[in-house]
Amino acid sequence: MKAAAPLATLSNTEWVQRVRADFPILERTVRGRPLVYLDNAATTQKPKAVLDAMATYYTTINANVHRGVHELSERATEAYEASRDRVRRFVNAASTHEIVFTRNATEAINLVAYCYARPRLGPGDEILISAIEHHSNIVPWQIVCEAAGARLKVVPVNDEGELALEDFQALMTARTKLVAVTHMSNALGTIPPVREIVKAAHERGIAVLVDASQAAYHMPIDVRALDCDFLVATGHKLYGPTGIGFLYGREAHLEAMPPFMGGGDMIASVSFERSTWNVLPYKFEAGTPHIAGAIVLATALDYIESLGFEAIGAHERDLLDYGTALLDAIDGVRIIGRARHKASILSFVMDGVHPHDIGTIVDRDGVAIRTGHHCAQPVMERFGVPATARASMAMYNTREEIDVLGRALERVRTVFA
Amino acid sequence: MSDLNDLYQEVILDHNRRPRNFHALAGASHSAEGYNPLCGDRLTLYLKVVGDRIEDVSFEGAGCAISKASASMMTDALKGRTIDEANALFARFHAMVTTPPDQPVEDLGKLSSLAGVREFPVRVKCASLAWHTLKAAMSNERRASTE
Repeated sequence: MKAAAPLATLSNTEWVQRVRADFPILERTVRGRPLVYLDNAATTQKPKAVLDAMATYYTTINANVHRGVHELSERATEAYEASRDRVRRFVNAASTHEIVFTRNATEAINLVAYCYARPRLGPGDEILISAIEHHSNIVPWQIVCEAAGARLKVVPVNDEGELALEDFQALMTARTKLVAVTHMSNALGTIPPVREIVKAAHERGIAVLVDASQAAYHMPIDVRALDCDFLVATGHKLYGPTGIGFLYGREAHLEAMPPFMGGGDMIASVSFERSTWNVLPYKFEAGTPHIAGAIVLATALDYIESLGFEAIGAHERDLLDYGTALLDAIDGVRIIGRARHKASILSFVMDGVHPHDIGTIVDRDGVAIRTGHHCAQPVMERFGVPATARASMAMYNTREEIDVLGRALERVRTVFA
Repeated sequence: MSDLNDLYQEVILDHNRRPRNFHALAGASHSAEGYNPLCGDRLTLYLKVVGDRIEDVSFEGAGCAISKASASMMTDALKGRTIDEANALFARFHAMVTTPPDQPVEDLGKLSSLAGVREFPVRVKCASLAWHTLKAAMSNERRASTE
């Protein structure tokens, strides 16, 4: 991995070319054209450092963790726990006891739904979410609310795709047990006022879960500055492997919560009469975890921080502004989601052309975009569209790639003329 | 781009722009909803069956060009057919869109314009949605899904 010079000393073009050189997949072609990967909100590509670290793990220290006294198991355990500390630093948590490895953000949300929310919910209690959540931050709450006879309440979104603090305040009641809100919408790019939402909730004694799945690869995450109770994210959007994610939870909450799943590693002792639980965070990590994934996640976070969110953010801001202007200039194209605070996502529709057809046609030019409801059907309904096309940018994308998308959209227009 | 031209043939674009039989059907004897969760395509199919013959057929909904054109052409092809004939046509259409792209397919007239989806595996569901909905309607199921 090359340590890229800060943006201040490199032109935007040089900076991104150096970043691109770290991602082997960006050299491939698709249907004879250079790959233009604009589906980063679904998953990001992996730098060579991450790919190498995966091979290094399996070729040098592969063993189960927290088990053996042998050299490999000790080394694997060391690396696994070092990665937990890497995650802790990435989100600025106080203690590694507060970092639980999960399969993904979805599993982390479910853990909180079943182990924090469910025992606290009674008939008539409420959980508050927003209208722009991903299905993973809707459905677990629906399930526990239904089981408890509780209500799921939804903060509305305005025409620009924004959430207003006042709407959260208006919907928080004495019955509200938890607020769950995204740090950045995967369908619209909106960045809600999360810090202020947490503050308002805490003034009323309500805990807050923040879904940082989309935000975590675009901007620094600081759980102590946010003051949130829980925060979730997933490794595969952080330029890391699939199958590894994490939950940050305030230690006092995690301590008071029952285990999520039972099995090996999460116990202190087992007998047929009674078992006792391991200490944090192991209480929540039943069974052999994705050891390689967790260890390699640390490499991915090292990679991100070697570039720095200042440079990443500035580059992605430029791409968003450039892409917004480009789409606005195409006749019949309408961007869905124009929040003042947004990042890296261009959701759009085109007059007379279904997004699915857009996706197929631009794919022929090597352009990968997502089309559909983006696991956010309520958002589609709110904006009165069955689906959108979505171009989502990451640090390695270029203005030239957005131009390729623009030309591909002209072809769409020609086909449907 | 020849495969793209195969997919978006003029007849398909025409049925997408001006779908035939695109309305609810008063006095329908059968109806079903079709849904493709992958892309959110949704359609409702209406049949007016008298005896064993499809006297009238129509659809409503929102979807991509392929699913809309396929539904439109299907309704044209079904009018006046018996239930048995409709079932047989379903089987022939299904065979056409699932035959590997390098192999020849039976000529189904206008419906053959949809053979181009074979080059686009994820789009086969778009072309099939209306037909699966037809099956559901004829067997009195309320819903069809491509999943």
